[in-house]
Amino acid sequence: MSTDIKDDRRYTKDHEWAQARDGEILIGITAYAVEQLGDITLVNIDVSAGDAVESGKGFGTVESVKTLADLFAPIGGKITRVNDKLEDQPELVNDDCYGEAWMVAIEGDEAAIADLLSPSDYEKLLSEQD
Amino acid sequence: MADETLAETPLHAEHVALGGRMVPFAGYEMPVQYTGVKQEHEAVRTAAGLFDVSHMGEMELSGAEAGRVIDGLITNNAAKLVDGQAAYTCACNEKGTILDDLIIYRLAADRWLVVCNASNRDKMVPHFRAAAEDAGVTFEDASDRTALIALQGPKALSIAAESGDDGTALADLGPFRLAETTLFGVQVTAARTGYTGEDGVEIFCGNDGAVTLWNALLKAGEPYGLLPAGLAARDTLRLEARLSLYGNDIDETTNPIEAGLGWTVKLGKATPFLGQEALRAIKAEGVSRKLVGFEMIGRGIARQGYTILDGDDEVGVCTSGSPGPTVGKNIGLGYVPVAMAEIGTRFTVDCRGRKVEAEVVETPFYKRA
Repeated sequence: MSTDIKDDRRYTKDHEWAQARDGEILIGITAYAVEQLGDITLVNIDVSAGDAVESGKGFGTVESVKTLADLFAPIGGKITRVNDKLEDQPELVNDDCYGEAWMVAIEGDEAAIADLLSPSDYEKLLSEQD
Repeated sequence: MADETLAETPLHAEHVALGGRMVPFAGYEMPVQYTGVKQEHEAVRTAAGLFDVSHMGEMELSGAEAGRVIDGLITNNAAKLVDGQAAYTCACNEKGTILDDLIIYRLAADRWLVVCNASNRDKMVPHFRAAAEDAGVTFEDASDRTALIALQGPKALSIAAESGDDGTALADLGPFRLAETTLFGVQVTAARTGYTGEDGVEIFCGNDGAVTLWNALLKAGEPYGLLPAGLAARDTLRLEARLSLYGNDIDETTNPIEAGLGWTVKLGKATPFLGQEALRAIKAEGVSRKLVGFEMIGRGIARQGYTILDGDDEVGVCTSGSPGPTVGKNIGLGYVPVAMAEIGTRFTVDCRGRKVEAEVVETPFYKRA
């Protein structure tokens, strides 16, 4: 499975990424997740700015034509922003899952990011899939 | 990758070479998509798509009584078919609920083909075999030596015509008519049927001709915009056309009347059939629920198994649901009480804890021009 992985962030076994950027931690889904889902048609974020999220807890769903996937908070903290653009443009997730299609921004313990999978560990995980 | 217990169609290697994502389906490893479900769906609506549906079950019955044997097991009227004609039908049990939905083909008065769902093959083969043997009719489960390729879309017949005269002749067939002919040098039985809501043909051939035919059709179709299409597009296409999917919309807990398939039940036909008395009673008493088509009003996609609510009351269940790429809305099918089956009725669908409003609409959701 050849899939794009970025070196500038960390990953989870649920195929999400987390990246510290300007005092926030941005959360999104990986290219592998996007490839598995196919054409994304709906992004539901169940949290709003100010909400507390717990690590490992669901905060929304991404749906494609065929199926859906839960979004889990890789890191606990407080939601600072939700990417509202995805409400009307879910296809952005197909186009730019590591950039414009981040899902939520969290204010949390940036050190906790280091506990997530490194790019090479995530690559190893993907090589063991299927 | 592959689960060793999964069967493969003769086109398996072609799917892999085309980049198809292979998934388990009804005991086979089948392509769920190649380039993307939306693109494949769109190709079928505007140009054409090519589907491998070789996993379907093919049963051949021959002998003077073959038609009557089939007629005794199905709700539709096989006796009305002429040579070269096919019909969609249900096969019910004695309770009048649906064992399978089938297409039956009269090749000749004494030569019939019955196509069943792959998922029901283990149930339907012994069912038909037993009835055939009782009547001295020759029965063969031809599934493992028969490939089935569906060529669907507004350009489907033009693409078939690229094979020459025999292909051109398919355009003269009426709906649900079939021809035993040659396409691109391969002996085929081609029928003007499909599962997409578009014009097209479904083409049976022996396993040994499948790769030749598949590749010839892909090549002939390329200038027309033909794409290979997977199970995912097949599902969105059939849902927009409101064609039932066995295991979702119909099964042994549903009867044809409530499923909107009452038109396939011919209570007055000459041959008595399995489930006839139960269906007569169901029709006389009326049904308590109906399968309706609905559109999501709120933000949400209904999926199979989601609960349908009237206020806080659970009143029904969604049997199929997805975005409809051509209709541009999230659509679904579900069973609701008859009182809620009227067009325009609103209810909510429990989308995993989120109550999303939906409205009963006319079906098919999509009808070709």
